[in-house]
This record gives sequence, structure tokens and C-alpha cells, in this order.
Amino acid sequence: MAPEAASKPGNRAAARGGLWSWINQRLPVEAFLRASAVDYYAPKNFNFWYFFGSLALLALVMQLLTGIFLTMFYKVGAATSFDSVEFIMREVPYGWLMRYLHSTGASAFFLVVYLHMYRAMLYGSYKAPRELLWLFGMIIYLALMAEAFLGYVLPWGNMSFWAATVIVNLFGTVPGIGPGLVEWIRGDYGIADATLNRFFSLHVAAVPLVLLLLVALHLVALHEVGSNNPDGIEINAKKDARGRPLDGIPFHPYYTVKDMVGVGVFLTLLAIVVFFVPTFGDLFMEKANFEPANPLSTPDPISPSWYFTPYYAILRAVPDQRIGALLMLLAVVSFFFLPWLDRSPVKSMRYRGWISKTFLGLFTISFLVLMYLGMEPAQEPYVTMARIFAVPYFAYFWLMPFYSRIDPVKPVPERVTFHG
Amino acid sequence: MAKFAALVLMLLSAPLAQAAAEPAATEPKASAPVPWETWRAGNAVADTASLQRGARNFMSYCNGCHSLKYMRYQRMADDMQIPTAVLSANLVAPGSTNLDYIETSMPAADAAIWFGKTPPDLSLIARSRSADYIYRFLKTFYSDPNRSTRSDNLAYPTTAMPAVLSDLEGVKAAVFREVKSTAGGAATTEKVFDHFETISPGNLAPDQFDGFVRDTVNFLDYVGDPAQVERRSMGLWVVLFLLLLSAFAWMLKKEYWKDVH
Repeated sequence: MAPEAASKPGNRAAARGGLWSWINQRLPVEAFLRASAVDYYAPKNFNFWYFFGSLALLALVMQLLTGIFLTMFYKVGAATSFDSVEFIMREVPYGWLMRYLHSTGASAFFLVVYLHMYRAMLYGSYKAPRELLWLFGMIIYLALMAEAFLGYVLPWGNMSFWAATVIVNLFGTVPGIGPGLVEWIRGDYGIADATLNRFFSLHVAAVPLVLLLLVALHLVALHEVGSNNPDGIEINAKKDARGRPLDGIPFHPYYTVKDMVGVGVFLTLLAIVVFFVPTFGDLFMEKANFEPANPLSTPDPISPSWYFTPYYAILRAVPDQRIGALLMLLAVVSFFFLPWLDRSPVKSMRYRGWISKTFLGLFTISFLVLMYLGMEPAQEPYVTMARIFAVPYFAYFWLMPFYSRIDPVKPVPERVTFHG
Repeated sequence: MAKFAALVLMLLSAPLAQAAAEPAATEPKASAPVPWETWRAGNAVADTASLQRGARNFMSYCNGCHSLKYMRYQRMADDMQIPTAVLSANLVAPGSTNLDYIETSMPAADAAIWFGKTPPDLSLIARSRSADYIYRFLKTFYSDPNRSTRSDNLAYPTTAMPAVLSDLEGVKAAVFREVKSTAGGAATTEKVFDHFETISPGNLAPDQFDGFVRDTVNFLDYVGDPAQVERRSMGLWVVLFLLLLSAFAWMLKKEYWKDVH
């Protein structure tokens, strides 16, 4: 019995005896769970949009687990990758399930991450004091894009090969060192066996480690500042006599049971795709990727996965490749600056004026239209349309310092409200 | 009771059957043929009998040149309920065993010389091109005496593949019409396919041949993703379970949240 551990505040388990107590005297498991779930208060007015954080975590875990199983049977190499994926699909018991879960899971991951980000944009969750929380989230998004791209190359289908060719060539636009940089990334004069091997290493080890670290930081930052809510009110401003936020409820059990509902619905939708439409038209798995990589035959059109197409449309909208690549980069990086571009005194869209709402609405439409345009071939009218819709996309970010200041905002209530 | 149910079913289905038969009776088929670009394979991978016929067709007419290198004979037989004795006697190529992958006996290097390119492996053709594409390809061969194969194809023009099914289908000619176009400034004439004309009939009637092609396409669809039948039947139970789970989670949530206002 270690009396000093038992006497620590919050370590109630240590005082009780038994195995659980033995562990807690040596590792504050219960104290940690208590502090981060039971004594952690979240606003009670979370709506539909607040399911996507926990779902993103679920998607990450699912990708890690299915990925581990796939790695057991996948044989990296230009001569073996394609065959080993078909081996998984046909001869490994339930290999098809693991692969479809992983391929559908990638798209599901992006879907929930996009909705999660959109929630932050709706309710101003990136604003002070949550700037770092937002930045960690955005770096997670970047790492996720890298992870998805690297993983897409691994089956070594023809679209894998050509997507890798197009994306890696973008690094050739870096002034001065471009061509050398591209060669260094590929490890060869073209996308080849060496490229595939290093992409595998990055996909299964390097980027997942970075992702896990970033997710941990994202969660620590969240628990430090607490969740925002649809009203954009800080619940810690109004507390009861015992120091508990009046508009807060303990994360556990309230939000653990609520998130279970989200998990159930999410898994149901995921299962419908995995078991009945795993290729989802051509969106989640392209026809061209059922042909092995072939440097002599270019798929027409070459298009990336749906979650990249808004940026791809912007890239192709510019005749000069270097400026196109820069604009594409800016389209992604713009999100990082939101906390400092937004000068509104109000967080939530609920209490912002018509100007902010219009700009966000136009941004939403442009993002979706650009997503569609990026899937179409690079010809008219798609290119001109991409040029037109890129304008409101960028205007949302870079005019924000002006429009968010003059926006006629509404008064924010003292306490949170329920809108369902 | 069963008799009554059958009677009700008959009564209900009679008007439907009539409605389905009517357009065919009043509309002459030749007046508006469906353009070949929109033909659908309309195959059903769950139809085991069709898969068995398709496997027979493939081994008899395709396997001479095309392999299914990711597919084992025995897996195919298990999925299609083909008895091992029947499999060994009729489907497995001489020199192969039941557990071998379905290879072709044509040497790839020779094939490249004979046809200009090695006939592709067809394990994934239904996934890389689609079942509809294969159906259109197999049904749009036409006679072209100017080509070395003496034939050409609408779905895949200048294909290196000869019309290997012509003894079943017969030989047909494609009739093109010339369409003048002034789009893009210069006046051009374009040859546009109009219709097929039978030169000599084959051993199968047109609808028999259509069934032959459908079965073969169905088989290739199965080979592209052999787990798909199992996947769909399992998926139903998984989705039902998850719906139930969601319902219980929702009830639990409601119970816990009763006191939150």
C-alpha cells in the first residue's frame, strides 16, 4: 500500500484495494479517465454537427486496424503489389472485407473530417482561445491528405501510377531545385519500384505515427480550452457554486452515450457502402485501378480521389503550372489563417449578419462545384467554370478581414439555446 | 392456404405480365432499335446456373487465348456448386489440376506474334471495363474483309481479337451512313453506324446467342469479384444488426438525457 498515492486528490480508486487499486497506485488510470471524461464538462447544446469529431477518431482507429491486417498479406514491390492485392481480395479469408473497409474507410474518414471542419467554420470554433486546436486539426488534415495519397499508390493499379506521376511532378514547380527534388522523392527517373517501396514505408509507419501524435495534441488542446458550441458561448463564463459550468454536462456519460448513436448510424452507412456498393460508382475505386500500372497507357481522364478534386480543379484552372500549383497550395493553406482572418466579434453563424452568411454559403457552393469539376476532363466548359468558382472560394478567406468587421451581427444570448 | 396464395399471386401478376407483353406486341422491334452504346448486360451473379453455363462457355471459347490468372478452378467450382468430378472431367485444362489457377495454353510470346499483342488476362476485365462493356464488345463484331482478322468491332474498333463467336452468332455486316458535319469550320463527313445486316446465320438463334453472351459476361463479372454474392448476403445481416444497435443506442441516449434541459 502506498499511502502517498492513495492520498492524491482524484485518485479514489487507489484507496479501495484490489487489482484496480494496485494498478492505480502505480498508474493514474482512473484519475485520468475521470479528469478527461466524467469531470470534463461539455456544452449541453451540441447538435448534429458535433458527431464528427468522435467519428473521425473511430475512422482513424478503423483504418489502423484494417491497415494492419492488409499489411500482413500485402507484398510491396512493382512486380508483386497488384497481385498481392488480388490475393487479398480472393484467397485471404475475409480479405475482401478488410480491403473494402480500408478503401471505403478512407473516403469515410475524409467525409467526416470535412464535416468536422465545416462545423468549426459554422460556429467559429477556430477563434480564440481555440487557435492552436484549429492549427493541430489543420495539420492533421494535411497529414491525412499525404496518408491518403501514399495509400492510393500502393495497389499499383494504373490510376495509382498516374496519380503518383501527376502529384509528384507538382514538386517540379519548386523554383531552382524542382527537377532534383522530384527525382529525390521518386528515387528513380519515373514512378517506379523504389517510389512504391518508400511510399509503403511512409504510409504504414511514418505518417500514421505523425497522425497519432497530432490527434493526441488536438485532444489535449481541446480539453484545455473546452468545446465551443452552436451558440459560440464560453460555458465556463457561468458556473454554479461548485464550479461546474451551468450550461455544461459531464462528457461521460452524456456524450459517450450520444456519440454511440452517431457511431451506430455511421457504421450502418459505412456497411451499406462496403457490402453493396464498395466502388461507389467510380468514386471510391476507379475502374482504371483494376488494370496494373502501365507507363505506356494513360487513363483518360486522370483524376484524383473525390476528396482532392476541389484542389485539383483549381490547379488545372491556371494555364501556368507553377502558378496553378501555388494557387492549389494556397487553397489548402488558407484554412490555417482563419483564426486571424476572422475579425467578427461573434463566433457562431447563428448571430452573424447576412454578409458572413453569404460568403460562407458561396464558399460551400464553390467547394462542391469545384469538387465536381475536378472529376471532369480538363476541357471547356469545366476549366472556365473552375476559374469562376475559384473566386468565391478564395474570397471567403481573404476578404474575411473586411467583411467580418462590417457584418451586422446580432446580440449573443447569455446562456446556450436549443435548436435541435 | 398455399393454393389461395398462389391464386392471389397469379391474379396480381397477370395484369403485370400483360402490361409487359403489350409494348412488344404493338411496337415492331425494327422501327427503333436500341443504340448499341446503351445495351446493358443485365446479368445476375447470384444466378448459379447462368454462371455454370458461363464457365462452360469461357472454357470452350475464350480459354484458348485468355487466362484467368487470379482464379483457381476449385474456388470457381465451390462457388458455382460444380461437383469435383464434373470439374475435373469437363472444365480443367489438360495438364492442370483442380487447385491450379486458370491459365491459357497459348504461349504469350507466340500470341504476341500471331495477334500483334498478347490476349489480355480476363480476371479483372469486368472491373476495369464493366460487364456492360464486355456484353457490347461481344455483340458488335462485324465482317470487315480489309482487316487481317476479317472482322472489326464497334465497342473496341481495330481490336486484334477475331470474331471467335461467329460460328454461333453468324456473320453480320455493319451498315454505316455518312453524316456531313460543319462543326469546327471545315466540312467533314463522318461514318456513323446505322444497323447490322446478317450475311450468314450461325448455329444459335439470335436470342440463344444473346443468352450465351449474357452467361459468359455473368461468369466474367463473378470472376472479377468472386466474393460478391457472399458479400451481399452477409451485408444484409450486418446492416440489420447495425440498425438494431443504433436503435438501442438511441434509446439509451434518450434515457440518459431525460434530465438535461
